[in-house]
Amino acid sequence: MANESRPAAEAGEQLSPERRVFLARLSMVLAAIGALIVAIPVVGFILGPLFEKFPRVWRRVGALNDFKVGETVKVDFLDPSPLAWAGVAAKTAAWLRRTGEGSFVAFTLHCTHLGCPVRWIATADLFLCPCHGGVFYADGSVAAGPPPRPLPGVPVRVRDGQVEILASAVPLSRWRSR
Amino acid sequence: MKLVERAVKAFDERTGLITALRQVALHPIPPGTGWSYVFGSAVMIALIIQVVTGTALAMGYVSSAGEAYQALQFITNNAFMGNFLRGMHFFGASAMVLLLGIHMTQVFVMGCYKYPRELNWITGVALLILVVAIGFTGQLLRWDQVAVWAVVVAAEQASRVPILGASVARFILGGDTIGAQTLSRFFALHVFFIPGLIFAFVGIHLLLVLHDGISEPPVLGEKVDPKTYLGRYHKLLAERGVPFWPDAAWRDVVFGFAVVVAIALLALFVGAPRLGEPPNPSLLAQDPAPDWYLLWYYAALALIPHGLTAPFIVLAPLLGILIVLVVPPLWNRGERHPLKRPWAVAATIIVWLMVGTLWLEGIKAPWSPRFEAKPLPVSVVGVASGPVYRGAVLFHDKGCEFCHAVAGYGGARGPDLSTIGDDLTRDEITIRILNGGYNMPAYAAILRPDELSDIVAFLQSRSIKRLSPAQQQAMAAH
Repeated sequence: MANESRPAAEAGEQLSPERRVFLARLSMVLAAIGALIVAIPVVGFILGPLFEKFPRVWRRVGALNDFKVGETVKVDFLDPSPLAWAGVAAKTAAWLRRTGEGSFVAFTLHCTHLGCPVRWIATADLFLCPCHGGVFYADGSVAAGPPPRPLPGVPVRVRDGQVEILASAVPLSRWRSR
Repeated sequence: MKLVERAVKAFDERTGLITALRQVALHPIPPGTGWSYVFGSAVMIALIIQVVTGTALAMGYVSSAGEAYQALQFITNNAFMGNFLRGMHFFGASAMVLLLGIHMTQVFVMGCYKYPRELNWITGVALLILVVAIGFTGQLLRWDQVAVWAVVVAAEQASRVPILGASVARFILGGDTIGAQTLSRFFALHVFFIPGLIFAFVGIHLLLVLHDGISEPPVLGEKVDPKTYLGRYHKLLAERGVPFWPDAAWRDVVFGFAVVVAIALLALFVGAPRLGEPPNPSLLAQDPAPDWYLLWYYAALALIPHGLTAPFIVLAPLLGILIVLVVPPLWNRGERHPLKRPWAVAATIIVWLMVGTLWLEGIKAPWSPRFEAKPLPVSVVGVASGPVYRGAVLFHDKGCEFCHAVAGYGGARGPDLSTIGDDLTRDEITIRILNGGYNMPAYAAILRPDELSDIVAFLQSRSIKRLSPAQQQAMAAH
């Protein structure tokens, strides 16, 4: 059997130039298709967050009577799509101000300069950013420093005596919430 | 002994590895390479330390957003030699960035990037970008509050990129918000993707070093001409070349040993970076500053004119990389000696001075409000009641003291007001408070008339002429 297969093998070494070109191209095409079969799910998974739809969810942050008129407080709540293993990283917060009997305004924590967490200084009626000294007035407008835009507002409503905030995306520049 | 020799020979016959290693070790290099040539191998040694310590740390780390912080606390506080290992990994990363910067400076100043080594410069720049990227992702794996907010800052910057910004930011966050996907993706980037790219580029870099040869020390007046350089270089190697091992390699070993010892000593005596508060994005008591090697860039973002932030964030890194990547290879011929290349030397000094100055400013961060500032003591105020005293209390409560210092108390964002009463009149002080300025809010809608009056009275009393000897003493003591 071995002797019989030898001439065939030797004949295989004598491929015609056309056949060589064909086999080389076939090998390259098959390799490319094989690589694509592997690459498509890998790249798709890596870029997955770009295609996923993330919800916007109303979160209860307290009863109406928990908040005093004219007072700005930080309210904590869960982000809109917490996964089971997120732990405390799923928490987020907003600055909430009761402006009237049943009316509220809320602002994101994120400074519009670089996204650092702004702090409310109640005695000064100002939001201050620790990173580069951005300052915002109580209504969220820019008071001083590098922030290019006012503090983004966060939708807030009162339902059944409970104050609710719309948990959504981190409000980044040029990134309109969906 | 003969058995070992036969085994080695048999192994080499089948793999060729011993012969290949011998060829690499004994390949000829130009004479006269001295201590300035040790930094490249030192970066390699730092990289090996990172791989080894990182692999060990991965055995204790949990890349779950809900558990990583606790795992790091265990590594730091409970695991045998865990804190030391974390320290070595941190200072190994620092050494890598620093030594890479020195290595690139040496290559640039001595013109080693010129023909035929342009591609090696380009792979080196790619490695610099990857090293900074792996350093930043490593900081995020600490997964404390600083790390969490640093991710937001990175996403915010990425979002400024035209067209692709939103997608890049979403890619960084792993979604719309910080959460479970954020950490696991950064973990994969830090331990698989970026190291894979680093290994690939280091491989190409070393291959090119062997292919093109180590550049000879520059000689005044000896110009690089692609038509004649290779002939001259190979003639030099043939006539005066010395084997890499041990003639030059001993210096690499000695310096590399010093690097290992320095990293170990720093890990032992300075220790790993302190873990901050838990990674809870609803807690706000953090200034998410980057680790030291990116602090200079963070400082630049505070110092550029406010309106230029977005274009700076997008264009400065791009332009910087483009210049470093393209300009040296375009000037790939001519003089190599630094004495004949004053512009190259000047550019290098300017870059180091700029980075160094910004870095020092970044450490001081005078633009950050001093939230921890305490109300001024009576010894500084001078009185314990009345409008001046009330003004001093308001000076703290209204946030003035976060940005202005008086007698050494307070922030440095705005001018020191210790003697403002000597410089400005009552009306001038009032106008400044009411109208604010570039970095100061207008207090017209914040202060009541009586509060304004008290603050002005306090500031007017800040006069060197009006201070009592006791106040002057308190001021000097602070």
